[in-house]
Amino acid sequence: MSVSTPKLLPSSGKKSIHDIFHPLSCEEAALTTPSPELQNTSSIGDKMAVKLLLLQPPEPRAHKQGDNGSLSQGQPEWVATDQKQELTLNTGFEMVKALLHSLIMKQAENKKDFGLPNGTPVDTSSPASSSSLLNRLQLDDDLDGETRDLFVTVDDPKKHVSTMETYITYRVTTKTTRTEFDLPEYSVRRRYQDFDWLRNKLEDTQPTHIIPPLPEKFVVKGVVDRFSEEFVETRRKALDKFLKRIADHPVLSFNDNFNVFLSAKDLNSYKKQGMALLSKMGESVKYVTGGYKLRSRPLEFAAMGDYLDMFTQKLGTIDRIAQRIIKEQAEYLVELREYGPVYSSWASAEGELREPLEGVSSCVANCSTALEELTEDMNEEFLPVFREYVLYIESMKNVLKKRDQVQAEYEAKLEAVAFRKEERACVPTDVEKCQDRVECFNADLKADWDRWQNNKRQDFRLLLTGMADRNIQYYEKVG
Amino acid sequence: MRGSEILERMADSRSEDVAVIGNTDLSAADPHNNTMTEEGVPLLKTMEISVSEAEKRTGKNAVSMQEVYTVYLIETRPVNTISEGLSAAPDSLWRRYSEFELLRNYLLVTFPYIVVPPLPEKRAEFVWHKLSADNMDPDFVERRRIGLENFLLRVASHSVLSKDKIFYLFLTQDDGWKDVVYDTGFQAKADSRLKALNATFRVKHPDKRYTELKHYSDELHSVISQLLRVRAKVADRLYGVYKVHGNYGRVFSEWSAIEREMGDGLQSAGHHMDAYAASVDDILEEEEHYADQLKEYLYYSEALRAVCRKHELIQYELEMAAQDLVSKKQQREELATGTVRTFSLKGMTSKLFGQETPEQREAKLKILEQQIVEGEELVKTSNAECDEYVRNAWVDIDRFKEQKNQDLKEALISYAVMQISMCKKGIQVWNNAKECFSKMSH
Repeated sequence: MSVSTPKLLPSSGKKSIHDIFHPLSCEEAALTTPSPELQNTSSIGDKMAVKLLLLQPPEPRAHKQGDNGSLSQGQPEWVATDQKQELTLNTGFEMVKALLHSLIMKQAENKKDFGLPNGTPVDTSSPASSSSLLNRLQLDDDLDGETRDLFVTVDDPKKHVSTMETYITYRVTTKTTRTEFDLPEYSVRRRYQDFDWLRNKLEDTQPTHIIPPLPEKFVVKGVVDRFSEEFVETRRKALDKFLKRIADHPVLSFNDNFNVFLSAKDLNSYKKQGMALLSKMGESVKYVTGGYKLRSRPLEFAAMGDYLDMFTQKLGTIDRIAQRIIKEQAEYLVELREYGPVYSSWASAEGELREPLEGVSSCVANCSTALEELTEDMNEEFLPVFREYVLYIESMKNVLKKRDQVQAEYEAKLEAVAFRKEERACVPTDVEKCQDRVECFNADLKADWDRWQNNKRQDFRLLLTGMADRNIQYYEKVG
Repeated sequence: MRGSEILERMADSRSEDVAVIGNTDLSAADPHNNTMTEEGVPLLKTMEISVSEAEKRTGKNAVSMQEVYTVYLIETRPVNTISEGLSAAPDSLWRRYSEFELLRNYLLVTFPYIVVPPLPEKRAEFVWHKLSADNMDPDFVERRRIGLENFLLRVASHSVLSKDKIFYLFLTQDDGWKDVVYDTGFQAKADSRLKALNATFRVKHPDKRYTELKHYSDELHSVISQLLRVRAKVADRLYGVYKVHGNYGRVFSEWSAIEREMGDGLQSAGHHMDAYAASVDDILEEEEHYADQLKEYLYYSEALRAVCRKHELIQYELEMAAQDLVSKKQQREELATGTVRTFSLKGMTSKLFGQETPEQREAKLKILEQQIVEGEELVKTSNAECDEYVRNAWVDIDRFKEQKNQDLKEALISYAVMQISMCKKGIQVWNNAKECFSKMSH
């Protein structure tokens, strides 16, 4: 599936996006060669350089003249379309370019097929070892035949009892060939808090991106035992998915916080230490909430918003239906459980008929078991996915809101410019660029998400129908 | 056979051979008369019988009120006409359910040692939620029609019952059949419930086999009732499960409207969900047939019980007669020897009022002698009756057991087949849905 081209915005001004300088759209030539270089690079210097880069994402923007730092600039982004970008170097960005250059090469290496310029020949870095890891990953169709260089898994939940509290930690295993990481393998233990921290950090530092959702912190329904096997397992799976999604994301996976999360032995100290450094950045990317009214939301995003609203609704409905089915099946099960034994007691009164009657009885018992399994599976595998998507959608909506705010601000500035007539055209351009970039992201992410969603749907639908099959095959044993 | 109106609709054809039309008398001791062909061949062999149609009628009932009732068309045709290649129009007449009941009651009284086939239920019982309990409901009427036909076929294929004249007339005589039945005076011969209940508790030497049989029939009755009850609940729940899946269909439809690539897949999957939900109606209709088969044996167990009860009654009467005889003999002895062995009113009165005259005693003795003779006769016949009853009944009971095992085995097998087909359909639907889902993305 190719990424849709962001539409020309009415408020974009004269330049089309293709004309707008995109910091990542360096000369094609430069892009073609890097992979082998970087790949084989093991020099500390390069790694440090890249690391440095990762640590200071928004700052390049801060150097731009006339730029206002309240605009969020995400990480060095990848090229939105596969069309050639006209390059017009803007002074404000020159500095950035150099730094970003090497990062782009890193990106190219990643070969995410989210619209990388096709000029880039993607070299395959052989993925770290495990085919088992590969199997556990849910590979998108697009990534078939392509390879990743970062594999993350969450497993092995363990209970920790301390004087203050009791909690569960999970083992997070990482295998990678990326040079941002010191070692090719990591194994650390993390608890839910840590995941939460990571997500917040990601949201702060990458506000234009859709951050995958975490499983809920507290579960309201029913009597929840935080340490029950079921609950822990469900949560583990969700956390696993969470990290995998981030790892698969071309931008998020390079986030410094993510790196730290995966590798640091002692996360807590980093958290504290990082606070000072990161909070500064956090501020610089904070939005001014509200206050700006949107002139006109481009159709595209209005549509997205509407879609998300309706989709949430549908998901909710499906969730309810599935739950109702489970309930009905449970009641059916109750009756079935009564049904079987009646045949048995009849059999005891009969002579010749005993065998067939007992047969029926045991078949009914079979059905009961199979039905039970089906219901359980539905509960554990099927429903959580829906709930997860609902969470996902919420974060997407947030991103949309931010996008709106960006646009609003841009429009406000435009007005200010019009009034003041001081600023050069490049200021709105900057603003515009940012906005466009955001939109690119959104579009791409949406496309990405849609596709992902399809596959997910397919996957668990297959799961459901597979389960139904299994159930039915049990039924076939009747008679 | 009398001719009757020619109807547009033809009967179902059942190919059987020629049957015997005989006249059975009440006591087995009397020979058969009016046999037209050899004995031992049940009616069904010579005659094709079917209950082919049902119709609503309105009329005035016993209290002159308008009522709506259903009549059933009974069609008969001698088999020989068919085998000759001539498809003559069948003879037919209409009968109500109440007439069937009358026939059956007659048979019950006339052949108490036979396990008489039951009628389909009078009112719809063991009804699961969506099934109508209304006697006028077309599905109910249809199932009843089948049940009535089944009843007739069972009677007609019974070696003893099928020879009964009243039964034959039921099939063939349009007018005045009811009068004929009443004329037999069978109702007078029916045992009162009270008498029967009395007997149950007072029998001193019950036949072990019959006691066992009694227990069995009670158990059969209770277990089948329970089974039918639970089955109805199961059916209810199953219905619920299927129908809720239909909601999927609707939601998918709505969802597909807001999707682009996924839209088609979702839409068609939704259709399959709808089909799945709808399929439950057929499934449960088929299951009703199974339930009907079970019900037949539920009522059969009642008939079985009736046979046992009759036996108890006969046994009891025998015992009473014997007891009576003993006491009469005792009385005679007392009178003859003049001794009062036991404390009796006679003894008292004779002490109080003086003894009787010899003439009086003579007279009393004479009466007693006669009574004793009669009593002995009675005991003899009762004994014979009892033995005969036991013999005949046991023959039929064995036959019934065979039939029951056969029928129920078949019923269970067809139930299993039904379940399998239900599962196969389920697989198909879900596979289709799966296909649609997999088309949802590339």
